[in-house]
Amino acid sequence: MTTSALSLRDAGIRFGDRVLWSGLDLELQPGEFLAVLGPNGAGKSTLLKAVLGQQPLSAGELLIGGQGPGRGSDRVGYVPQQKSMDAATPLRARDLVALGMDGHRFGLRRRTAEQRRRVADALEAVGATGYADAPLGLLSGGEQQRVRIAQALATDPSLLLCDEPLLSLDLRHQRAVADMIDRRRHEHATAVVFVTHEINPVLDLVDRVLYIAAGGHRIGAPAEVLTSETLSELYRTPVDVLNVRGRVVVVGTPDEPGGCTHHELTPEAQPAGGAA
Amino acid sequence: MDRLFDFSDYGALLGLVHNSLVAAALLGVVGGLVGVFVQVRDMQFAVHGISELSFAGAAAALLLGGSVALGSVLGSVLAAALIGGLGVRARDRNSVIGVLMPFGLGLGVLFLSLYEGRAANKFGLLTGQIVAVDTVRLGWLVGVSIVVLAGLAVIWRPLMFVSVDPEVAAARGLPAGVLSVVFTLLLGLAVSLAVQVVGALLVLSLLVTPAAAAFRVTASPVLAPLLSTLFAVVSAVGGILLALGGSIPISPFVTTISFAIYLVCRVVSARRRRSGWGTRVQDAQLTPAPAPVR
Repeated sequence: MTTSALSLRDAGIRFGDRVLWSGLDLELQPGEFLAVLGPNGAGKSTLLKAVLGQQPLSAGELLIGGQGPGRGSDRVGYVPQQKSMDAATPLRARDLVALGMDGHRFGLRRRTAEQRRRVADALEAVGATGYADAPLGLLSGGEQQRVRIAQALATDPSLLLCDEPLLSLDLRHQRAVADMIDRRRHEHATAVVFVTHEINPVLDLVDRVLYIAAGGHRIGAPAEVLTSETLSELYRTPVDVLNVRGRVVVVGTPDEPGGCTHHELTPEAQPAGGAA
Repeated sequence: MDRLFDFSDYGALLGLVHNSLVAAALLGVVGGLVGVFVQVRDMQFAVHGISELSFAGAAAALLLGGSVALGSVLGSVLAAALIGGLGVRARDRNSVIGVLMPFGLGLGVLFLSLYEGRAANKFGLLTGQIVAVDTVRLGWLVGVSIVVLAGLAVIWRPLMFVSVDPEVAAARGLPAGVLSVVFTLLLGLAVSLAVQVVGALLVLSLLVTPAAAAFRVTASPVLAPLLSTLFAVVSAVGGILLALGGSIPISPFVTTISFAIYLVCRVVSARRRRSGWGTRVQDAQLTPAPAPVR
């Protein structure tokens, strides 16, 4: 039996009386793609913080590759949301990737040829070589997210955490970025934890879904979890899950009072696949 | 024009201001490098706030007959500690600075009006002075500069990471709060150096303008600090050399040179931006001619 890339055993987080989630059991295999879904405030990002060692668990155990979650481990890569960078940031795309490798080290050390080669390889792998020397602030959102994936993968992690990496990208870039992550996990057996409120761009890539809501959580294949019955239970209110042309549309979640969260053309404008 | 410039006896004057030139060059190096982070961390207002308290400290020292250098260092470090400690988030920080700044300036004015010594000393704290650097004070400046430069060298890379990419830096385990406080203290020391050379009112011209100019023309993390340093040294040393020929304080010369450099850099960057950066491979399948997003 291989060691799980990430394992959570009876894990829980509470802030005072407020329980975010509890009794979470998960064995994430190397190369597995897990999507984490749920409404805002359900504790999706807190889960990532726990894995990053920034938020201690209130209960249970968390292991990464069989070891405790150290802060700032090379074994874990992290891709945050796209956000605009100041145009006058004195860094180029390749410098951001390099910081992912050695930005946590104090002191000035010249980067070795080996390190520079790894940075170039990481950029090559995400197709960002063409703008490796462009200032970060001048990259488009899609370009920036590719560079961020290169940055997260530069340390060759065994676990990749993504926090809404597709947010504010257009459809084509969503697809490109998702495919990049998918290729990585197949080629390098990197396990992926992908926090999103929009399942459709990654629906066909996902092995399992972890859905967290006020009524608890469920883990399973998308077809098992994304059902009217399961989500109604999780939201404690009647929720309908429709499958429309290969897409999942969730209707009637409490924080979408209008009901339908479909998104045929503009997914970034209408978050769906659960709730915003 | 004669009142502005009179370059007879220039050689003899140069000998007199030897210390000041060394101090200005040092200040240029420190200001140019610290300025990189002032820019990246958006702390221009903090520079101004710290310089006012540094001025108050120096004025207090003048009044009490103590060391002006020590007074300005104490004033800046106190201001930096307050700003770093009370305002980690940008909004809190700015309001803390907005509150501290007038108070510091008021105190400084009070101390100066109570002081009965030479008027030139008073004016010099606000607008800079040329011949004020004696050997003892140069020792101070060198010592403080070494502390700032050594500190910067140690935290440079993590500080850059935390400043431009806070989420990922935190994920890599970097302590953003500690780095912020350490940098603010280094900034305080740098400001106190600048106050003694260019005066409290014009510190920004050496801690903000050179880096802002450098960022216009390069995004290289190596070239940007080098250019910023070069610009600051040219402004500071050039300002003294020009000021020698007349009775005007050095600050207008320093500010004019640094502003001129900034203008040139803006023009260069505008032309550069029109011709485009990098060599993006046209990826017809994915990206329809990625336009630079500002």
